[in-house]
Amino acid sequence: MVTVASIARPRPSDAASQQAWDIAAEVCDPEVPVLTIEDLGVLRSVAVTKDGTHVILTPTYSGCPAMEAMRDDVTSVLTGAGYENVTVELVLAPAWTTDWMSEEGKAKLVSYGIAAPTGHSGVRPTGTVRLQLAVKCPRCSSLNTRELARFGSTSCKALYECRDCLEPFDYFKVL
Amino acid sequence: MDHAEADVATREPTDTADGHGHVDVEAVTLSAELVEAASVASHDVAEYALWLGDDSLVLAQNLGWWISRAPELEEDIALGNIALDLIGHARSLLHYAGAESGRTEDDLAYWRDEPNWRSAHLFEQPNGDFAHTIARQFIAAHYLFELYSALMESTDATLAAIAAKAVKEVDYHRDHSIQWVLRLAQGTEESRRRMITGLSDLWPFVEELFVDEPLIDRLEGVAVRPSSLQAAVEAAMLPVLAEAELEVPRGFISSGGGRRGDHSENLGPLLAELQVLARAHPGAKW
Repeated sequence: MVTVASIARPRPSDAASQQAWDIAAEVCDPEVPVLTIEDLGVLRSVAVTKDGTHVILTPTYSGCPAMEAMRDDVTSVLTGAGYENVTVELVLAPAWTTDWMSEEGKAKLVSYGIAAPTGHSGVRPTGTVRLQLAVKCPRCSSLNTRELARFGSTSCKALYECRDCLEPFDYFKVL
Repeated sequence: MDHAEADVATREPTDTADGHGHVDVEAVTLSAELVEAASVASHDVAEYALWLGDDSLVLAQNLGWWISRAPELEEDIALGNIALDLIGHARSLLHYAGAESGRTEDDLAYWRDEPNWRSAHLFEQPNGDFAHTIARQFIAAHYLFELYSALMESTDATLAAIAAKAVKEVDYHRDHSIQWVLRLAQGTEESRRRMITGLSDLWPFVEELFVDEPLIDRLEGVAVRPSSLQAAVEAAMLPVLAEAELEVPRGFISSGGGRRGDHSENLGPLLAELQVLARAHPGAKW
């Protein structure tokens, strides 16, 4: 059965590739260092063959500059663990979605002070319906918050403000 | 291949003979279930990818100017992030467009002269004041959203993959522009005056977006027929204008010609700024 979890974290089935996957999976997002690339669902495939180790990542946003850093980190962590001929490739399809973010990842985001994505990405973009579920303040858990700016400190975040504790906070947008 | 991926349009970085230096490019690859198309774009598909890539790159270059100059800090960041998304789309599209002729995305961005660019005139219109930029964004984001929504169904797997990624980002750009159109139109007398002026200055460039060039006839099922988008784009924009109590501008319509390399006077200076560094220091890396 195809579940969201198996799409989000397609851990390989052979032992050698699994071992390499687990090492690559430790690499963190340079912009949100509490999240690993596995938490994000950015790590798509790890294959160890006689020719080398091939890793596939998918970008969160098309222009996300953190991808370069993630790619370099995956290469160096695997090379450091003794894997040879490590290649890292970026693929666009299937397109990344915040639905792939793990529940642990969302919990880690909140304790880091970033509100986790609320709700699910539509199969198709929402069109003209501009509805947004209430975003919960990561500090005081109030739902009485408002969006200050749709585009925040990175492509993937919006800037919010809590009307109860009055603190500003980042919100990881649904994509 | 050892892994279950088919490599589409991948090129090893090479040092080109004319000293452009080598450019590291990510491959646009597709997961196995999507691979049916040819691995390298045909000449016509490459030309089409160039059209779309040039639109995004030119618009991104224009938007980048606003960083540090927008009316508020949040807008510096918003317009910068929108530009970054557009550069991402342009990189994927130009990478795909260039593979057919052995050129990298950087070759296409930095070493093509104005007559070889294929951007539509809308995208190369100057930033003007903030309301002009918002009017341009409003039209561009609505167009791009409908374009990529339709292009997701392309029989060309690479174009479909790029579109599926881009459409979700462009949806945010569209929403951003709608909020500003409403805010400026319903704000002060001055902001409303500027929104009206911005919209009427940019509206003449809407028509060109929906012109079917001969290339489109040769790409049935691959390309999106521009004229087929017009109704949906207008259906999305008009209610916003009605809510903002703005009239649809009438009058002068630009003759266009961007797809054939006939550009407005704005593209030359824009390209000069975009290309000067790469041309002054060929092969430079940082």
